[in-house]
Amino acid sequence: MLSFVFEVAIGGLLSGVMYSLVALGFVLIYKASGVFNFAQGSLVFFAALTFVGLTEHGLSFPVALLVTLVVMVIAGLLIERLVLRPLVNQPQISLFMATIGLSFFIEGLAQLVWGANVRGLDLGIQDEPIAWIADRTGVNVSKFDLMAAAIAAVLVTGLGLFFSRTRIGRALRAVADDHQAALAVGIPLQQIWGIVWAVAGLVALVAGMLWGARNGVQFALTFVALKALPVLILGGFESIAGAIVGGLIVGCTEKLAEVFIGPHVGGGIEGWFPYVLALAFLLVRPEGLFGEKIIRRI
Amino acid sequence: MLYREAGQFKSSYAADSAILPIRQDRIGLAIILAIAFVVIPLAASPYLFSAILIPTLILALAALGLNILTGYAGQLSLGAAAFMAVGAFASYNFVLRVPGIPLLLAFAGGGVMAAAVGIVFGLPSLRIRGFYLAVATLAAQFFIVWCLTKIGWITNYNSSGVITAQRMQIAGITFDTPQEKYLLVLTIVALMALAAKNMARGNIGRQWMAIRDMDVAAEVIGIRLMRAKLLAFAVSSFYCGVAGALFAYAYLGTVEPEAYSLDLSFRILFMIIIGGLGTVLGAFLGSAFIVIVPILLSVAVEFLDNTLHLGVPSSVGSNLQLMVFGGLIIFFLIVEPFGLARIWQITKEKLRLWPFPH
Repeated sequence: MLSFVFEVAIGGLLSGVMYSLVALGFVLIYKASGVFNFAQGSLVFFAALTFVGLTEHGLSFPVALLVTLVVMVIAGLLIERLVLRPLVNQPQISLFMATIGLSFFIEGLAQLVWGANVRGLDLGIQDEPIAWIADRTGVNVSKFDLMAAAIAAVLVTGLGLFFSRTRIGRALRAVADDHQAALAVGIPLQQIWGIVWAVAGLVALVAGMLWGARNGVQFALTFVALKALPVLILGGFESIAGAIVGGLIVGCTEKLAEVFIGPHVGGGIEGWFPYVLALAFLLVRPEGLFGEKIIRRI
Repeated sequence: MLYREAGQFKSSYAADSAILPIRQDRIGLAIILAIAFVVIPLAASPYLFSAILIPTLILALAALGLNILTGYAGQLSLGAAAFMAVGAFASYNFVLRVPGIPLLLAFAGGGVMAAAVGIVFGLPSLRIRGFYLAVATLAAQFFIVWCLTKIGWITNYNSSGVITAQRMQIAGITFDTPQEKYLLVLTIVALMALAAKNMARGNIGRQWMAIRDMDVAAEVIGIRLMRAKLLAFAVSSFYCGVAGALFAYAYLGTVEPEAYSLDLSFRILFMIIIGGLGTVLGAFLGSAFIVIVPILLSVAVEFLDNTLHLGVPSSVGSNLQLMVFGGLIIFFLIVEPFGLARIWQITKEKLRLWPFPH
């Protein structure tokens, strides 16, 4: 029994890693430009669909990956230039709603270009339990989930190093702190925003490939973005560590609730449990675990 | 030249504070109401009623409700469809379990139930604002629809999950044909829109707008935030509840939770964004826009397909629709963030000066 709890918890943690990846894209953009990018989910979908479409057209895995990377970076730059820049000083709610419109646009475009069939994405790693661990402890841990966790760890470490060691990373952090001060020091704001959106596109690509391999590349992938919202609330909107921890918590509690509370109330709890959890959290600690406490002067 | 208010003097306070102080506006509204109540029922086809007019009016009512919450009171809500669902199911249960209940009372009861649920899910707004509140309303959206699907008593233990709405009957008159449904919906929506307009002009409307602009300052000058915010949620959910009941009875004919999905919530949000946040006219203009544009698009795609023989698959139409929607929202936010209602307002101001430039 205990091993079952363990198994569910670990499965939940690993699926939480996937949520974290999507939330990471949100955090990057929010940190740098204060825009809550609702279109991150559709970017994930677009990236996955582009990659799969290219491989179907005969391109090999690394080439397709490279081309998709370029496409996502260009998409990020275009979005910043065409959608965000005209709306620079508008209230946050306008920007949020613009990103909602953007997400619809990207979904329509992705399906228009590549078609609406559900496709599988094969990364070469099967979703099987690791025999070694299963034999020893009786706990089934999926190979795929572990690999996803490893990739996420690499990505987060890479991003962390990028932010702390490189000049551009420091510029990004400066912009995240205070736009005007960054301008005063000579940091080119528009370029930085372009870079941020490009990096968010890259993160979307990684998330898209992992999610696509897990669940198949289909329209429902865009709703993953909605699941990332509770992750962000738990972790705090501006913290990369928060996105990871929040994702782990949401993934773990969601699965545990579904398995243990679900049968008593008819099942299907997964749909709303993370939101209610986030709501409860909001009432107690609105800024999240790692978020900055916002002191609103006026 | 035609739209001047020159020569129209007010000789009583009541006349001075009328909703439409300019005579030309009153004449215009009278003409619109005459067309809506008299000309259209006589001249329109059943398709026009059931596919365009009725959903436009019902969704305009829901948009009005969301506009009260998001446009006037500034509380962003993504859960409008859930409150519509509550209204629909509550009305269904009232008609089912209270024998002989008047239909309008059942609708009002549905609205009151929705208002009660709205107050419960509006409680977080006392502590959180902005996107965080949007997430709280998302929680409401998913949780309420889940409840309506799982709790058997609400659906009368229906095995298929799709309940046929009862026939609408008021004082012996049944509302079966599209024309009769249209007139019923039009009457209810017109009266509730009038109520909303008066609420917005009155004390409570001004309290809401103060809260929207800066709630700290509103509290400082003595507005009781809890009462005003919860009242905003309650009134908004009442409107959405009645709209949901009408949606089920007069448009769909069935009462089912799937019709009140997140997609509908987003559509209503788009209606008020494109129509104009914080205006009554905006709800109607936005609703007309969101209902008519998909139909126009599919007609256009089909026309192009037939004339140019492109062999375009049907999915292209729906994808193009998504793209056009998204594109239009971004376009409106960049070009006219205050929506179609503002464009109309600017037109009227230009008309006042016409033919002079200034």
